Amino acid sequence: MYRYDEFDHDFVQARVAEFSDQVQRRLAGEITEDQFRPLRLMNGVYLQLHAYMLRIAVPYGTLNSRQLRMLGHIARKYDKGYGHFTTRQNIQFNWPALSDIPAILADLASVEMHAIQTSGNCIRNVTADHFAGAAADEVADPRPYAEILRQWSSVHPEFSFLPRKFKIAVTGAERDRAAIQTHDIGLHLKKNAAGELGFAVYVGGGQGRTPMVAKKIRDFLPEADLLSYCTAILRVYNLYGRRDNKYKARIKILVHETGVEEITRQIEAEWQELRDADLKLPEADIQAINAYFAPPALVDRPEGDDAVKQARLDSKSFSQWLDQNVVTHRYPDYAAVTISLKGIGEVPGDATDSQMEAVADIAEKYAFDELRVSHEQNLILPHVARADLKAVYDALVEIGLATANSNLISDIISCPGLDYCALATARSIPVAQEISRRFASLERQREIGELKLKISGCINACGHHHVGHIGILGVEKKGSELYQVTLGGSADENTSVGEIIGRGFSSEEITDAIEQIVDTYLGLRLNPDERFIDAYRRVGPAPFKEALYAGETKAA
Amino acid sequence: MKVLTANRLSDGIAVWYADGGWAETVGHADIAHDKAAEDRLEAIGAAAAANNEVVDVNIIDVIMVDGLVEPVRLREKIRAAGPTIRTDLGKQASPETVRAA
Repeated sequence: MYRYDEFDHDFVQARVAEFSDQVQRRLAGEITEDQFRPLRLMNGVYLQLHAYMLRIAVPYGTLNSRQLRMLGHIARKYDKGYGHFTTRQNIQFNWPALSDIPAILADLASVEMHAIQTSGNCIRNVTADHFAGAAADEVADPRPYAEILRQWSSVHPEFSFLPRKFKIAVTGAERDRAAIQTHDIGLHLKKNAAGELGFAVYVGGGQGRTPMVAKKIRDFLPEADLLSYCTAILRVYNLYGRRDNKYKARIKILVHETGVEEITRQIEAEWQELRDADLKLPEADIQAINAYFAPPALVDRPEGDDAVKQARLDSKSFSQWLDQNVVTHRYPDYAAVTISLKGIGEVPGDATDSQMEAVADIAEKYAFDELRVSHEQNLILPHVARADLKAVYDALVEIGLATANSNLISDIISCPGLDYCALATARSIPVAQEISRRFASLERQREIGELKLKISGCINACGHHHVGHIGILGVEKKGSELYQVTLGGSADENTSVGEIIGRGFSSEEITDAIEQIVDTYLGLRLNPDERFIDAYRRVGPAPFKEALYAGETKAA
Repeated sequence: MKVLTANRLSDGIAVWYADGGWAETVGHADIAHDKAAEDRLEAIGAAAAANNEVVDVNIIDVIMVDGLVEPVRLREKIRAAGPTIRTDLGKQASPETVRAA
């Protein structure tokens, strides 16, 4: 994985020193909160309901065991023994004292980590397919390009005060696991007919109060033009993006209001000025970054097939975990493992200090020291020999992280909601927990099949509810929590925004409503292979509305 | 009925103005029964923010329940207790709060 060079080291150390000084001056009363707030936000420090919150960057979700161990250490020493992995592949701590944050940042810097640009109106952590470098279906590892974008966007003087925050995602496979069409810029790394690498470029996706699917503005951008083209997009946005209204300031609104054709013309015109200048990526630089992401030396482990076969016979639970949480690797003797942070009834995305340390040990021992955070709030071991899968499974069972529910209904994305967040209007975690408990039976979940359920506790949509096959949005109505349900959303290569199905449900009703939706789907699907999302697209909302609300209409 | 709340600058912990200082629990917070008292609390909050003791100062609605102050809105109830999904954390976790409740 990427290792800091001297510049990165100096840069992060300088930032730690600078922000530590700012914190000291704030605590000493030398600067006011109004002066300090933008400074703390630039360093990932928010103020939430109960305490400060520190969001730490995990660039493109890639970690090594030393880094994860340090996160465990921070959880134990400075926080309350746990952390929360987020939909931007980052981690948040919920309880740090402001006075401890300089020490936390110094600890992070010692393992090449930081909290820079995890907030503010700048280019945020660039996300990528969590199976990058391991996926059997990718044309190339997207992370070198994410790293190039990270280097380019870090404290970029022109793009540090954008109209609003800006999110970029990169995938290297046709099957989009990075939700690129929900981003300000989505990049799909692909090859053209000549076998050259480049990108399909999507612009103007986003969620929040105005969900939009990104529009493809270029089918093939040569890789050398990545930075000049992104610069052109950002320049057009920086110039014309609305600064008069926070809720209309994202590039999705600009794309929508300007029109795809016109904005594409503006971007292309800007790009003509830039494309052959100093932003052109030299092949040698691409190769140099690529070298950092060289795959581990995967030796042949042909004994894996027999080992897996035998272990399947010995353990039904292992067999189920294998079917659900283990995916094909580009190298047949290996596999990529999803470590579910969605234990039944647990808080989605939370991990304890000792779980982090234990997972780090597993990664070091069995997975070439590599880990990923997925935007679906799970951890990934991208390279595990099939021969070692049983040992990995057993180790995960010991720490309570072997729930075999990847992509099933209990693999829920949930924002922190009103239990922590100062912006939230309703709780989301308890809803996730109750649904998870209702569908606790793995047999039942497998019978239902792939179902992406996503919950947000306010209209900002951090829980991605707009693109859940089933989405739940919690709002406050007359002093109570009310949950609106959307159906038919999706965040893959066929991205769609879910439709509101009808009146909302109280916290007492919502789990029953979800169960009714699921039962309706089971009753109308053509066969067990027809996923919820496919069935919904075939039949539309009518049967679900009927199931949820028909009684009311009749009663009325 | 209203009380004055904020988060302490040094550690961000939620606090309520009580008895001339900032208490870590809401139960005995100073109550404003009228507009004049509210204005006084607001002035105290503004001064404390200016003095770098607290941040995010707010006046919130409360009621009295069994002789203790209780916030009206769910958001403020959760601030006063801790995450509903982790009752081992926040104010609700400390024995003193449990006794007070």
